[in-house]
Formats: sequence, structure tokens, C-alpha cells
Amino acid sequence: MFKILSKKFLCPTVAKFEIEAPLIARKARAGQFVILRIDERGERIPLTLNDWSEERGTITVVALEAGATTKRLLSLREGEYLMDVVGPLGRPAEVERYGTVVCVGGGVGIACIYPEVRAFKAAGNYVISIIGSRTKDLLMFEEEIRGLSDELYVTTDDGSYGQKGFVSDVLRRLIEEGRKLDLVVAVGPVPMMKVVAEVTRPHGIKTIVSLNPIMVDGTGMCGCCRVEVGGKTRFACVDGPEFDAHQVDFDLLAARNRRYLEEERRALERLKEGRA
Amino acid sequence: MTSRIVPKKYPMPEQDPKERIRNFREVPLGQDPETVKLEAARCLQCRPPKGKIVPPCVEGCPVGIDIPGFLALTREGRFEEAIALIKEKNALPAICGRVCPYENQCEGACTLGKKYEPVGIGRVERFLADWERARGFRVPARPPPTGKRVAVVGSGPAGLTAAAELARRGHAVTIFEALHAPGGVLVYGIPEFRLPKEIVFAEVEYVKSLGVELKLDVVVGKTVTLEELRREHDAVFIGTGAGLPNFMRIPGENLNGIYSANEFLTRSNLMKAYLFPEYDTPTKVGRRVATIGAGNVAMDCARTALRLGAEESYIVYRRSRAEMPARKEEIQRAEEEGVKFLLLTLPKRYIGDERGWVREVECVRMELGEPDESGRRRPVEIPGSEFRLQVDTVVVAIGQSPNPLVPATTPGLKTSRWGTILADEEGRTSLEGVWAGGDITTGEATVILAMGAGKRAAASIHEYLSGKPWPSDWKPVNA
Ligand SMILES: Cc1cc2nc3c(=O)[nH]c(=O)nc-3n(C[C@H](O)[C@H](O)[C@H](O)COP(=O)(O)OP(=O)(O)OC[C@H]3O[C@@H](n4cnc5c(N)ncnc54)[C@H](O)[C@@H]3O)c2cc1C
Ligand code: SF4
Ligand code: FES
Repeated sequence: MFKILSKKFLCPTVAKFEIEAPLIARKARAGQFVILRIDERGERIPLTLNDWSEERGTITVVALEAGATTKRLLSLREGEYLMDVVGPLGRPAEVERYGTVVCVGGGVGIACIYPEVRAFKAAGNYVISIIGSRTKDLLMFEEEIRGLSDELYVTTDDGSYGQKGFVSDVLRRLIEEGRKLDLVVAVGPVPMMKVVAEVTRPHGIKTIVSLNPIMVDGTGMCGCCRVEVGGKTRFACVDGPEFDAHQVDFDLLAARNRRYLEEERRALERLKEGRA
Repeated sequence: MTSRIVPKKYPMPEQDPKERIRNFREVPLGQDPETVKLEAARCLQCRPPKGKIVPPCVEGCPVGIDIPGFLALTREGRFEEAIALIKEKNALPAICGRVCPYENQCEGACTLGKKYEPVGIGRVERFLADWERARGFRVPARPPPTGKRVAVVGSGPAGLTAAAELARRGHAVTIFEALHAPGGVLVYGIPEFRLPKEIVFAEVEYVKSLGVELKLDVVVGKTVTLEELRREHDAVFIGTGAGLPNFMRIPGENLNGIYSANEFLTRSNLMKAYLFPEYDTPTKVGRRVATIGAGNVAMDCARTALRLGAEESYIVYRRSRAEMPARKEEIQRAEEEGVKFLLLTLPKRYIGDERGWVREVECVRMELGEPDESGRRRPVEIPGSEFRLQVDTVVVAIGQSPNPLVPATTPGLKTSRWGTILADEEGRTSLEGVWAGGDITTGEATVILAMGAGKRAAASIHEYLSGKPWPSDWKPVNA
């Protein structure tokens, strides 16, 4: 059992949880994730690590209400327990001194890019962060990321805050301005990562994305998380989740992520009717 | 012998096929004590043949259970002594009595089987184990602690057996398991209708009652490293199994609706997707399901598909009936339930719709040519025989490879070119104080062989902890 030490809503549909998990906290690195299960009947869902503290023996994850499981997760309170949390899973981000690194986060992907901003900064890079969301209320970690970045750009789709537009627009502009970018790391919705890949591809800028396929075990046992990278099948949970954006088949990923839409809808309806 | 020969096994009632494909309950229903006594009485109590030290059935048993011994006790109704005799060699009899391939082992070697049906050794074992479980296990007295600490990685049959054997000798044992439930393939792979999970958990409880500590949600190589376990324990046993699913690497294999056997079975068994939405994990089974492969795993998938609502469930296999690796009993049950067999058929590619869902599988017909190195006749494609099978769901059940996580994160731990961990006859690996056994050393095998390996390793670990030196001339037997 894993205790929820604190829970904070970042907006009405996104919450941040600090969870007691000393073994995971000891090993966590930027880019890794955990799989959690709320209770005996729960499904196993992957969540990228947002933060961790070896000292406190805790990890932090940020969850967006997307389906029945995350809706239930968001209804849990401080002091309550999660049945299972396992990790840290996946390969850590390859953090080195590249020169200028652009960290792009979209939506809850901002929570996932935060530890990478920190790691790339600590490794001595000049870090440009670009974060964006649909609207102002969904923006998160702005202050934390600003504090760690050499430059920060903020966008909202509707223009309610920062620049109106998409994170990829800012990236495109930086490239057009002739900035020398050595690495781009992007985490966010599949369409966003796909566009980022297209923006950097013609310029040959190395670009890494963190993929978010459906998972079950997270240890390479089931192949539920398979993605195609450079025409080869890879298991995102053990071979990734980070891959070369220019090699990823994003359309396949998007199609595979729609596998259980119908079941998710059913589960959500059932939850609304009041779960037995 | 004085007893009269009874040529056939006493029947064991089963759920009717029409009924059972609509539920996940166990198929065989078990026998009553009187029938079991009669079955045990069929045994001829053979003496060891010339030049052998044990009767044929015992020789056929991978862990050497005293079969005539427990059958004699059972015949007399001395069930408690009979199960105790089994448990001297086999800590998990309720499981083995259900999933062992007895027809190739004890029953396959049984003298009676030469002319008649062999003694139903498996079903007697099953009865005795169930009988004991229903009465509640006696928790054995714990020996004085030795002060030695052993880590066991993986809670499949290999790990559970090693843990039980070591705890019984007074060592402090901790099992580290990656998943949220113990049992390995027994819980995530083998379906409820063949091995009720309640039985696995009861056997796990028994192992815990011996003093074994179980730490779930710990992925060795990620949450802790093997090196750390080595530092904190006097010995380590690795029983991480063959959990990496193989795919055919043919076009379209990543379309929606195509599962590995592991994913398909894990969703249904471990995550209880057959109870969705009662349980949160979904699974999707269309009207027409094709399972690729013909081993036990494939039979489990094809039969699970029926229970999840498939109207047609196919086994697609590139060789002929004679080469199907699954147990006869399982093939027969699958047939009774209406699974259709497309033999001498090889999938070539999958064809999907515009939304990325599989719709058809293109296959080619095969014929058997010359024998290959395994002695089986090699299937060769018949040119121009391509045809398409309509499918909504496909399950790829063509085998598993050894789980690479521990070797990949443990410097100095040697593996073969198939990825199995190299070990000598006692299970010792290339690292001092580290043993391995089960599917991780043999590749996909059986429950009883994994248990045998766990047991042998435990004996070797015990000797090492009692002062026997690590060999200076380590020679792996599975290179
Ligand atoms: C569907 C199916 C049906 C089968 N049917 C039969 C049958 O009828 N009869 C029969 O005899 N055999 C059968 N088998 C084969 C049999 O189940 C295996 O041979 C046996 O379970 C192997 O035991 P094991 O202990 O070596 O490994 P496993 O049972 O695979 O257990 C390994 C355990 O280690 C854990 N693990 C792996 N990596 C790590 C890690 N890094 N850290 C921590 N834990 C880890 C896994 O989660 C798992 O729990 C079947 C197999 C399958 C898949
Ligand atoms: S071989 Fe068959 S008949 Fe002979 S002792 Fe074994 S079980 Fe009995
Ligand atoms: S989630 Fe099962 S293999 Fe990746």
C-alpha cells in the first residue's frame, strides 16, 4: 500500500499527488514513469514522474482526468492509499551536455517535462523551455520551469495567456530566427509531438519525444505498449518511453491509443451512475 | 499382484462444453473419495525394473514423487499421509495435479498404460491436494533460524519452490515480485478455468506460512538492482521466467485487435477483464478470433476467446496435428468447446481497415517436407495457395523468450545466445552466490520443471550457506 501524502488540484481536471514510495524515490531519474493501481479491481495505468525526493521517500505524479480510472484517482484524498505503485520504469532520459536544449511541454506533458528541464539545466545546458496548453486554467508549473530555464515561452491555444498559438509555433520561430538548437525534447499529446517532429526534421535537429501508449505490466511482458520506431517494433515500457521523434510512427500510436475508447466510455458512464 | 486389473480410468465429471464456454469456472469437477480410492487401487505397485532403482512412473516424474507409495496410502483412505508423502517432493501439488503434462511424465511411463489406460496419477494428486486445502493446511513447525538471508527474484513456481525449501531449512527468505500478485504464469497466464486462482493463492499462503516474506511491486533491475540484493543477502535465486512475448514480425502485426498471448491472457486472468466493467481493465474480443500457434498457451487463448464471447475461435498452425505441442487433453477440450483448427497454415500478413483495426489475415497453406533438426518434418509453403481469413481479433501465441531485464542490468551475469541465464547442474550462475532456475534458464518449459529447478537450487544454496565453497571450475549446462 502506498500512502498519498498530499494532493493538490492544479486545475479542476488535473491533480498532483505526492506518494510515499521510498524505493522508487531512490532510483527515479528524469524521463521515467511508474504504474499504479488504485485498488483490487483497478487497472494498471502509467504516469510519468513529475518529481521525487529521496530524502522524503516520496514521488510526485500529475494526473489528468481522462477516463474512469483517473477520475477515481482524482477523487482520492490525502492520507488514503493506492494499492500498487511500481517503478521507476522505462529508460531514463539521456541527459548530457548538448549545448542548447529546448524542452517542450504540452498539457499535462508540462508536468513530465519539468524534471527534464531540471536535469538538462543541471548538466550545464542552456535550456529554452516552451510550455503550452489549451487555455490559461490548464497551464501548470510555469513558475517552477521559469526558475530553471534560461528562456521560457508560454502559449495557449485560445490566447487567454502568453502567446496565442501552439508550442510548435514558438519552436518554428526560434529555428527561423537562426537559433542554434542542439536538442529538442518534447512531451505532450500525440498530435503535438508529431508536429514538433515535423518542425525540426528539415533542420536535422535531434528531437526526442516521450511516448504514452496504453500499458499493462510495464516490464516488457505483454507487448501492449508496442510502437514502431524506424520501422521496427519496440516496447515503449522497456525500450522507451523516449525515442527519436523523427523515427516514430505517430499515426500508429494515435490509432493504438484509441483501442479502448468505447470501453472507457462505458466505464465512465458506470462511474457516473455510482459504482457498486 | 493380487488386485484385478481395471483397464480404464474412473471418469472424472466435467462441465458440459456448451455450458462451460459461457463461464470461467474450472472444467474438471474433481472426484469423490471413494472413486479416488478405487483409482489408486488400480496401481500394480510395480517394483523397479532391472537395473533401475525406482518404478517407471517415479522415473517419469521430474521431481521423483513416490507414486506407488502415495497411491497405496490413498487406496487405504490414508489421505493425510498420502499428501504428506507427495509434499516431501512437491510443494505445490494442487497446481501440478492440474497442469502437469502427466501423459508425458508419470502416466506416460506407467506399466498399466502399456496395455490399458495408465493409473490416473494426476487426478489422485489433485484430489489429495484439494482434500488437504479444504481442511486447512497444517502450518509446519519452523526450524531455528540460521541467520542467513536469501533473496528470491520472481514468484513463479521456480521462485516459490526455492523460497519454501529454503525457509524450511531455517533461512530468512524474501521474494521480490514485479507484478502486484504472486504466482508468475500461474496467475497471469494460465486461465481460471484450468487453474483457479484461489488455488494458487492458497499455495502462496502456505509458502508464506513457512515464514517467507513477499515483496510485490518490486522490479529487480529497476526498483532495486541484483547487485544491491547480493549485498544485502547471503544468496540470491533468480526465477524470472520466460516472459518476453515473441511476434512473427510480419506486416500489419501492430494493428489494433492483435494481441500477444501474454497481453490477452494477462488482461483476462491477472486483471480480470472478463469481469469488466466490474473490474476496470477492458479487453476486446470480436466475433472471429484467430490464435496463432498450437501450444498450451495457444489453447488457453483460443478457449479464453470463446468465453469472452467469440463466435468463432480458430487455431492457426503451420504444422500438422501430430506436431501440435499442446497437451492432448487441452487440444481435446478445445475441440469439444468448438475451437476450429486451421492446420498447415501460416499467416503472412495482416490487413487492416482505415481506422487501424485488423480485418483479415492472409495465410498460405503448407505441406510437410524433410525432417528438421528437431526431428519434426519441416513445413514448406505451397506456392499460390494464399487465402484470406476474416478476423476481428488475433492472438499471437508463438512462444516467449527469457525475460532480459535482470541480465541486462547485472554486469557479469552470463547468458546464452537465446538470452537464458547460464547455470550449472545445481543452478549456480556466473556470479558467486547467485543461482537461477525455471524458464529463465531453460526457456519456456513446464511448471514441474521450474519447481524441480527451484528445489535443486535451494539444496545447493543451503550447502553453500552451510560452508560449501563456490566451485572454482563453474561449467554451465545450458550453454
Ligand atoms: C498460458 C500458459 C500456459 C501454460 N500451461 C502450462 C501447463 O499446462 N503445464 C505446465 O507444466 N506448464 C505450462 N506453462 C509453462 C509454465 O507456466 C512455466 O514453465 C512456468 O510457470 C515457469 O515458471 P518460472 O517460475 O520459471 O517462471 P514464471 O512463472 O514465468 O514466473 C516468473 C516470475 O518472475 C517475475 N519477474 C520477472 N522479471 C522480474 C524482475 N525483474 N523482478 C521481479 N520479478 C520479476 C514475473 O513477474 C513472474 O511472476 C504455461 C505457460 C503459459 C504462459
Ligand atoms: S507404473 Fe503405474 S502401475 Fe506401476 S507403480 Fe507406477 S502408477 Fe502404479
Ligand atoms: S506494457 Fe507490457 S510490455 Fe510494455
